Amino acid sequence: MHELSVTESVLDIACKYAEEAQAKKVTDIYLVIGKLSSIVDDSVQFYWDFISKNTICENSKLHFERIPATLLCTECDQQYTLENDLMPCPNCGSAKVRVLSGDEFNLDSIEIQR
Amino acid sequence: MTKSRIKIVEKILSENDHMAKANRQRIDAANTYSINVMASPGAGKTSFILATIHALLDDKIKIGVIEGDTAPVTIDSDKVSDAGVPAVQINTGGECHLDALMVGNALDQMPIKSLDLLMVENVGNLICPAAFKLGTHSNILISSIPEGDDKPYKYPNIYRGLDVLIINKIDLLPYLEFDMDYFKQGVEILNPGLKTFTVSCKTGEGLDDWLSWLKAKIPSTQS
Repeated sequence: MHELSVTESVLDIACKYAEEAQAKKVTDIYLVIGKLSSIVDDSVQFYWDFISKNTICENSKLHFERIPATLLCTECDQQYTLENDLMPCPNCGSAKVRVLSGDEFNLDSIEIQR
Repeated sequence: MTKSRIKIVEKILSENDHMAKANRQRIDAANTYSINVMASPGAGKTSFILATIHALLDDKIKIGVIEGDTAPVTIDSDKVSDAGVPAVQINTGGECHLDALMVGNALDQMPIKSLDLLMVENVGNLICPAAFKLGTHSNILISSIPEGDDKPYKYPNIYRGLDVLIINKIDLLPYLEFDMDYFKQGVEILNPGLKTFTVSCKTGEGLDDWLSWLKAKIPSTQS
C-alpha cells in the first residue's frame, strides 16, 4: 500500500499552495485520478484525516474525479474505452494501441477560505 | 470570510520526480549506467542480479548494488557482498516500494564515481514500485513463468513504465500451464515493442543476449 506516501504528497502540495494564497483554511481538495493509476480512495481519505490534523488542511474533504482509460488503436484508428479488463482493439483485434487518457494522477485544485 | 478555488494541476508525486531527476544527474555525472530491477517476491530478482554480477565481473566491469527490503534482513545484500561487489541495504520499514529519496540517501554511501553499473533491487511488489521513479536509466521487470500468464492483465501499470522485460525461469515452461502468446499480447497492449529477454537464471539460457544488451549501455565499455 503506497497510499500513505501519496497522501503525504497531496498534503505537502496543498499546504504549499494554500500558504502562498494566504489561506486561513483549506476546505476541499480536488484530485484527478486516471483509471490506470492505482489508488484506493477510501484509504487515502483514511490517511488524510490523520495526517492533515493540526495543518491548514484539517477537516478538509477530498474529492476524487475519475478519468476513464481511453485507448487508440494505431492499426485501424478505432478509439475505445476500457471497461474492466485490459483488451486489444475491439474492432480489429490489434494489440498495437496507445493510451489517450487514464494516466492522470494530479492535485487539480483546492478550495480555501481567506 | 471569502471562499475561493485555487487551480493547481500538479502531479501528486512531483516531489519524488524531482528527487529522481537529481539522482539521475548524480549517476550521469559518475558516468555510470543504472537499472531499477522490479518483480514480485520470488520471481528471481536476486538470482538475476547475481548472475549478471558474475558474468560482468569477468569483463572487469565495476558494479554496485542497492538492495531494497521491507524488513531489516540482509540476506540479499550479504549474497551480493559475497559476490565481491559493494552493496547498500535500504530497509524501507514496511513500505512497499523504494522512492527517490531512499535511493538518494543510499547513493551517499555508494562509491558511485568508481562504478560502471549500478543495480537497484526494488521491493518485491508489482503495484507500488511502478508509481515511484528512482532516477535510474532503465526500469526492468522480471516476470517468471510460475507467476502465470495473466500478470500483464492484472498489474498493467508496472508493465507500462518498463524499458526492459525479463521472462525468467523459462526452464519451467514444459511443466506449467503458461500461454506465452496470451502473456505477450497483454504486454504488447501495455508497452508496444518492449525489449524482452527470455532467460533462465538457473540454466543460464538466454542470459548472453541480456548481457550483450546491458554491456552496450554501459558508457565505460564503449570505445
